[in-house]
Amino acid sequence: MLCAQLLFPLSLFLGLSATVEVQRPRGVPLSKRQFYEEGKPFTCLDGSRTVPFDRVNDDYCDCKDGSDEPGTAACPNGSFHCTNAGHRPAFIPSSRINDGICDCCDTTDEYNSGATCKNTCREMGRRERESLQKLAEITKEGFLLKQQLIEEAKRKKEEKQSKLTELQAGKRDVEEKVEALRTVKETAEQPEKEAKERHLKAWEEQKAVIRMEKDKAKMAEAFLELDDDADGYVSVAELQSHAELDPNSDGSLTEEEVQGLLGGADKVDTSSFENIWGNLKDKYVSESQAENPSSLETAPEETKEPVTDNESEPYPEDDIGVEEDDEEEEDDDDDTHEDFEDKVRSFFTAQKARDDFEESERALREIDDQVKNIEKELSFDFGPSAEFTYLYSQCYELTTSEYIYKICPFNRVSQKPKFGGSETNLGSWGSWAGPDDNKYTVMKYEHGTGCWQGPSRSTTVKLTCGKETTVTSTSEPSRCEYLMEFTTPAVCQEPLPVNVVHVDGHSDHVEL
Amino acid sequence: MAASMCRMERCLFVLLPFFLGVAQAVDRSNFKTCDQSSFCKRQRDIKAGQSPYRALLETMELTNSRLTLQLINDNNKVRLLLELYRLQGNMTRVKINELKPLKPRYEVPDVLIQDPPTEPLSVVAQDENGVVLSLGADEQRLIVSARPFRLDIVEGPKVLLSLNSRGLLVFEHLRLRKDTIAHKISSTVGSMWDRIRSVFSSKSQDDAEDGEGAEKTEQQAGGEQAAEGDQLKEEEELPGTWEETFKTHTDTKPNGPTSISLDFSFPGVEHVYGIPEHADTLKLKTTDGGDPYRLYNLDVFQYELHNPMALYGAVPVLLSHNTERTMGVFWLNAAETWVDISSNTAGKTVFGKMLDFVQGSSETPQTDVRWISEAGIIDVFIMLGPKPSDVFSQYASLTGTQAFPPLSALGYHQCRWNYNDQEDVRGVDQGLDDHDIPCDFIWLDIEHTDGKRYFTWDPNKFSQPKDMLQGLKDKRRNLVAIVDPHIKVDSNFKVHNEIRSRNFYVKNKDGGDYEGWCWPGNAGYPDFTNAEMRAWWASMFAYDQYEGSMENMYTWNDMNEPSVFNGPEVTMHKDALHGSWEHREVHNIYGLYVHRATAEGLIQRSGGVERPFVLTRAFFAGSQRYGAVWTGDNAAEWGHLKISLPMCLSLGLVGISFCGADVGGFFKAPSTELLVRWYQAGAYQPFFRAHAHLDTPRREPWLFGPENTALIREAVRQRYALLPFWYQQFYNAHRTGQPVMRALWVEYPEDSVTFDIEDEYLLGRDLLVHPVTEEGLKSLTAYLPGKREVWYDVHTFKKHAGGQSLYIPVTMSSIPAFQRGGSIITRKDRVRRSSACMENDPYTLYVALSPEGTAEGELYIDDGHTFSYEKNKAFIHRRLTFNDGVLSSSNLALDSQFTTASWVEKIIFLGARKPASVTLKTAGGSETRVEFEYDSALEVLSLRKPGVNAGADWTVLLR
Repeated sequence: MLCAQLLFPLSLFLGLSATVEVQRPRGVPLSKRQFYEEGKPFTCLDGSRTVPFDRVNDDYCDCKDGSDEPGTAACPNGSFHCTNAGHRPAFIPSSRINDGICDCCDTTDEYNSGATCKNTCREMGRRERESLQKLAEITKEGFLLKQQLIEEAKRKKEEKQSKLTELQAGKRDVEEKVEALRTVKETAEQPEKEAKERHLKAWEEQKAVIRMEKDKAKMAEAFLELDDDADGYVSVAELQSHAELDPNSDGSLTEEEVQGLLGGADKVDTSSFENIWGNLKDKYVSESQAENPSSLETAPEETKEPVTDNESEPYPEDDIGVEEDDEEEEDDDDDTHEDFEDKVRSFFTAQKARDDFEESERALREIDDQVKNIEKELSFDFGPSAEFTYLYSQCYELTTSEYIYKICPFNRVSQKPKFGGSETNLGSWGSWAGPDDNKYTVMKYEHGTGCWQGPSRSTTVKLTCGKETTVTSTSEPSRCEYLMEFTTPAVCQEPLPVNVVHVDGHSDHVEL
Repeated sequence: MAASMCRMERCLFVLLPFFLGVAQAVDRSNFKTCDQSSFCKRQRDIKAGQSPYRALLETMELTNSRLTLQLINDNNKVRLLLELYRLQGNMTRVKINELKPLKPRYEVPDVLIQDPPTEPLSVVAQDENGVVLSLGADEQRLIVSARPFRLDIVEGPKVLLSLNSRGLLVFEHLRLRKDTIAHKISSTVGSMWDRIRSVFSSKSQDDAEDGEGAEKTEQQAGGEQAAEGDQLKEEEELPGTWEETFKTHTDTKPNGPTSISLDFSFPGVEHVYGIPEHADTLKLKTTDGGDPYRLYNLDVFQYELHNPMALYGAVPVLLSHNTERTMGVFWLNAAETWVDISSNTAGKTVFGKMLDFVQGSSETPQTDVRWISEAGIIDVFIMLGPKPSDVFSQYASLTGTQAFPPLSALGYHQCRWNYNDQEDVRGVDQGLDDHDIPCDFIWLDIEHTDGKRYFTWDPNKFSQPKDMLQGLKDKRRNLVAIVDPHIKVDSNFKVHNEIRSRNFYVKNKDGGDYEGWCWPGNAGYPDFTNAEMRAWWASMFAYDQYEGSMENMYTWNDMNEPSVFNGPEVTMHKDALHGSWEHREVHNIYGLYVHRATAEGLIQRSGGVERPFVLTRAFFAGSQRYGAVWTGDNAAEWGHLKISLPMCLSLGLVGISFCGADVGGFFKAPSTELLVRWYQAGAYQPFFRAHAHLDTPRREPWLFGPENTALIREAVRQRYALLPFWYQQFYNAHRTGQPVMRALWVEYPEDSVTFDIEDEYLLGRDLLVHPVTEEGLKSLTAYLPGKREVWYDVHTFKKHAGGQSLYIPVTMSSIPAFQRGGSIITRKDRVRRSSACMENDPYTLYVALSPEGTAEGELYIDDGHTFSYEKNKAFIHRRLTFNDGVLSSSNLALDSQFTTASWVEKIIFLGARKPASVTLKTAGGSETRVEFEYDSALEVLSLRKPGVNAGADWTVLLR
């Protein structure tokens, strides 16, 4: 079996040109061969004791560090070296020697267990070399892509930067414009404002007059109604029939109470009635209404009647520019025609100024938004060379048997049932979370939709080198903690020089 | 797994009415108190006093080993039949049934392994007041007193145990319902009927004794009942006798009241134990002023500690103990049962007791126990001990011993609800190897199935189960897949269709197939009490029936109380029907039958060759014969870790040795410290399985940093090194019925200090373990029993005197454990990734010398997984003794035959003197010198590589 390996050019292996099988105890790596000298007492590698050489690999543990039993399972902390010619050498724990399970691809760990192991080193080596080869190709291409990405990102960043500068410059102009237009607007609004105030005042006055007249009419009507005997006086007795006037609402309207209502008098004439009407009018129910079988309790019904009281009528502010509506108000308005034209003109001027002002403000806001967006984008950590920039504002999907998973890098991860149902947030962009020496290989998305009785959902995204940018798998290893595998050229490392890869792939030969 | 709470997203609609608002702890309102269980309340309302029962001595019949006589209730004139048996092995059986029940009452089958062999009973004396029977040895007598009826078992002048001494024998006889004709007659004709009855009944009684037809008997019984007068009428008027409603569930109770009760008094006893399963102390508490201990198999969501509520399993066996004697009472009844315990010394302070003693006014301490069951008959086995080990043997002779598990089942089990898919399983298997943590089993919970259809696989996540199983097999590991007894009602599901077409489902009260909600949604419940059904179920485990199964796949039965999410108390309606029996009558044994049928299935699939391994959550007396149990859905809390000791100790006392708790706690996420401590404790408990709820974060042992991974690895490695010891303990339990995990008092019955100890225990007799079960602990105090004993710290080999409380400083790596001086423990110190990998590895003997300089132990070896040890005597059983400087290995089973590749690599003597030389003599007579090392500070002598085969005869001489 060694012959095949000897066919490989050996010149590559420094100082090992004389590749012959080096005699050494089972399980000892070549690097430690010199400590195991046939026939000479063996000193434990930790120096703790020295034992005769025949106690090396005699299936009894003499050294605390397990070094006397490199090839047996006797020591709990020992390790066994498999050469694995054709593949990669490895150390396995001593406990895996002769345990019936093939651990070393060269089968050397199962020399006495009855397990039938097949030497798979060459096959594994071949497969590994192939996959390394493939990986190397991917890495190579990926790394080229990465360079492009970096370039692109650089360009994009510059673009953004200059755009930002441009916007910021433009912003100053717009800000000035806004201020200017604000002044114009305020000036233009002055006449309109005055007109409006005038109008408002007249409206209030008119309302007061109407209110007063209505009240008077109501009072007169009430007086007539109350004055049952038409003697021109409303007496205590006459008033007493109006239980609704009961001042303490205890259900009985006593004479004293009525007298109180009448200002201490037994009866009042129309003019005195005017003085006391104020005490009554809020509660007074016209007898024509009172005939209605429901009494005080049905008060809400009354409100259903058309309200004639102008107080509740809104001031027609918004209608001020609408000429038709103005007709109604002409009676209380002595506006001349010129006045009216003036008013309309001032309105149109003001409106124009307002529109101009608002438009400029909108423009400013738009610029602000753009600035903010660019600043936000620029603030993201897109990697040491900004190679992850291209992922920004993109989304990638993977469909599994049950769900469609979607990742929008630097934004969020979500999951949607394949056959209908609402989307679940699996986390929003949190941070880079790889190991300290390789931070940009893991992304963490946090604070997704909460889980029942549990934490909010979160997703860990593992990035590996690939030519394509794609989601390769998703899983939920723990409840509500998702794991997503994602390939991107952006994590492809610079390939090692080809000859180094070659040596690596064959480094097993060192162990011949 | 197996919370009654499923993923809310999926089945909130099912569970909403039951579980809303119970997220934090058990919702007690889901479960009955004694007051809410009408028979318990009725019974408990009857207070101790003069018994209405009288023994009719003239009816006494005595055959060689059986005595029968009739008892009459002077209030209602209903007659009972008392049967007394003297059983082999110092036991007495007391059976009481109605003399002429309207229809048969349920007598629990399939629990006793045989008709218990009897021994002759003889009458020593007899007069009109009673009969005295001899129980054989030690002047033991059984005294039957006639008026009022009571039984006393005495030894010489000492009363050991009395039955009905408090007059609480109550037997609700079967009767016709009020609105039946008989009742109408009685209420209309009233007193006239009364007069007729006295004539009629005495006549028909004679008829009955002549063995006349059942029809007449029925008339008589009906007549008697109808005419029994006020007392009976009152009984019937009590609410809940013919119908009972709890929450939204109505129990129709077509048979009316059927409960039974009997009291037992133990003079001189202050300590009683047993009647699991309860999350409570080892020593049973008095129940005055609270609820009795309840035995009713229930799926209790997030159970609470330290209360007498029922849990998943029930073993109606109670042990009494004092310094002189240990006894047991086995109440063979499968219906809902409550046990009241009272004590005349409870509440007395030590000082009070001392004062009594000094003043000589001390009344004898006494513990009174009252059993109440809803249906069935009184069938009691009184185990008279006198030693704890005798009680264990006695109980084992009745219900059998612990099944001898495959060796692998004693290894570490890695479980989670759920390992998501095959890739996940492969990853966990690999993770164990990457972190060098030994493991024998990976488990799959309900999510592995296709829509909770047991015996199937999720087509996406577990599409190639055999590949997965082969992958584990290549690592010499095994898998457990869950099979619950609720079957999805789905006409496309083969298992359901077969059960339905064979008419194997439990029936509802109206005769249709009973259906309830469980994991799959609507589900049927196979009638496991039916032997035909069990045979069919067992056949389902055949490799060609259970697709994707292989020989390294075993089974887990969960939810077999049975759990019914929408049933009363989350279980089956009591008026559901198992053939002619009501669920009420069989409830507590249902889970045992599920376990049994499954275990039989695993045996059959291998043609009877391989030992099964089945874990169950519900259990009953006798469940030990079918496999392992665990303490159900506990929580990741320190209190739950702590209670796992008394819970398993209690099970050990009643025959169930293969017990464990979910390591880490099922609900909630454990702190790292708690997880590590739980692994350390679990490594020294019989069933060692880590498990976690679906909603908890992952907690495989390597997820908590290298330091904690190392601590957990070390705990698991200690377990594996001791596997030969564990295996031998289980062999012993299987052969003799002695528990594996023992309360201290079991081995030190005269040392009253041990009676309350539940934070440490013994494995076998020789290994004392006091795990750390409290947070942040820096030290603890362990009691080392035995005034004339010495104990060796298994980690440091330091020697400590027995009969003292030892202060032990602890660190995060501490698992305080001590080997008893005088014992020899065998270990395999070459720990590998699974037990199978260690099969041929050599042994190290730890010989811990007694103060007299002696030691003894045993070594048991077989193939680890088949019944050959039983069928072909293919095993090695050696006795190891050390005496006068000679250690020898001799054969304990001369007719056995087995060869092993294992040899003895090392012998370590603890507490030894330095010898001048050490010689090994083998069977061939050859003598060789053995090299040794001696540590004079620790008195530890290590022999280097004796190298003899573990199955051979040999001696080692220290000179």
